Amino acid sequence: MKQILQFTVNGEPRELLIDPKKFLVEVLREDLGLTGTHWACDTGACCCCTVIMDGKAVKSCSILAMQANGREVTTIEGLADGPNLHPIQQAFIDNWALQCGFCSSGQIMAAKALLDENPSPTREDIQLQMDGHLCRCTGFNMIQEAILDAAERLKGQK
Amino acid sequence: MKTIVNGFEYFSPKTLEEALKMLSQYDSEEKEFKVIAGGQSLNLMMKQGILMPECLVSIKGLSELDYLNYDAKEGLKIGALTTHRAIETSDEIQKNFKVLVEMEHNVSSTETRNYGTLAGNFCHGDPGGDPAPVLVALNAIIKMASVKGERTVPAEEFTLDYYETVLGHDELLTEIQIPVIPPNTGVYYTKYSQILGDFALASAAVSITLDDKKEKCTDVRIVLGSVGSTAMRAKKAEEILKGKKITDELLVQAGQAASEESDPTDSVEASEEYKRELVGVLVKRVGKEALERAKKA
Ligand SMILES: Cc1cc2nc3c(=O)[nH]c(=O)nc-3n(C[C@H](O)[C@H](O)[C@H](O)COP(=O)(O)OP(=O)(O)OC[C@H]3O[C@@H](n4cnc5c(N)ncnc54)[C@H](O)[C@@H]3O)c2cc1C
Ligand code: FES
Ligand code: FES
Repeated sequence: MKQILQFTVNGEPRELLIDPKKFLVEVLREDLGLTGTHWACDTGACCCCTVIMDGKAVKSCSILAMQANGREVTTIEGLADGPNLHPIQQAFIDNWALQCGFCSSGQIMAAKALLDENPSPTREDIQLQMDGHLCRCTGFNMIQEAILDAAERLKGQK
Repeated sequence: MKTIVNGFEYFSPKTLEEALKMLSQYDSEEKEFKVIAGGQSLNLMMKQGILMPECLVSIKGLSELDYLNYDAKEGLKIGALTTHRAIETSDEIQKNFKVLVEMEHNVSSTETRNYGTLAGNFCHGDPGGDPAPVLVALNAIIKMASVKGERTVPAEEFTLDYYETVLGHDELLTEIQIPVIPPNTGVYYTKYSQILGDFALASAAVSITLDDKKEKCTDVRIVLGSVGSTAMRAKKAEEILKGKKITDELLVQAGQAASEESDPTDSVEASEEYKRELVGVLVKRVGKEALERAKKA
């Protein structure tokens, strides 16, 4: 039996009739067409599918869509301002922090949650907080560089 | 992708009272239902088809159970909906129960800790879980409630077997109580896993209390994780240390005893033999750090 899901996605209120067994990642990708959230291991082990819910990074493959009822979700599509990329996205590009890009939306969303909470993280803070994110391409150094760089860019904006 | 096969209904009671009534009603109707908190363990079990409930009762909205209260006399009270992350980032816990913060750093990734709860982890009854050995070492008390009333059990008696606890079908864990750490006491926890955030191949929590001269050990609790059907006390190992002045040699002996008491199984990551060896090493190392902490306490 389908149930009503009401939540806010990237600032827009949404109301959907969904099967409660659907995961958040399925609803984002399949019902809302927001395919920027990637879906890989499906077991909570890679953090590819990370989105921000009520200010915290969570794995959308491990949360039922119904668990997002009444909450605010931000996905990678919610970061750019029109044609202008978000400073974290731009920092990822400028620091060569992505190759195939499969893990990147998850990395960037986790980095956003991290920087919102702690605008001046140390490299160690980044390593600790991002340790669940697997990347097959870049090695993790460039990702850490990008986040440190993004922190500077965001401070410069203010 | 492994989506859940069976369908279910999803309910979100707003208060503890409403939740308990719902559980009691479904229980009497013999419905297949499961309580869901963060779902960080449960959702995976449903994806794998291990659990196929007809309905889920979400307790995540019961904000009355989302709290951390510390009192210098009564100790720490952790509401059932407190997330791993809230514990990990609490200054009060860092100051008074540092071992809990160290334990939380070991649990999966930030994303899991942001949404999963300590209580949910304990209710899940996974023998590889990190909280159980620490809660047992800290003498925690588990408070539960149903429409019939409340009761408490020591953390040590809460888990019965693999994924099995004393919780009745219509009961909720409501609070985890951790008494103040006694004077002259040091507590430490470490796990060994292939990569940080993985489940432990073996883990150990040790609490050591020294006499006022900080010489002899007056009380000790050694709790092993991942090497049996539940977190388990290594009581023979404890006997080796109790009443003695703890030396490196004695810790090696305690490690050997714990290794014999443990009951690990072969897994893809490591053999039974390897895990037994790990237990010995962990008890020695964790015991040493607990001892240092007790001396400084
Ligand atoms: C990739 C991954 C890696 C992980 N690694 C680790 C690890 O290294 N160490 C570790 O310890 N854990 C690990 N976990 C497990 C995780 O930490 C916890 O088990 C999880 O946080 C459980 O909390 P939850 O609130 O999500 O519980 P849920 O998944 O919602 O519930 C778990 C079980 O407890 C029951 N339950 C929950 N709350 C209550 C309550 N208040 N009263 C009665 N019953 C209740 C549910 O019915 C269910 O059976 C990992 C999980 C994932 C996905
Ligand atoms: S796809 Fe969600 S953690 Fe890997
Ligand atoms: S950029 Fe390819 S997996 Fe990270």
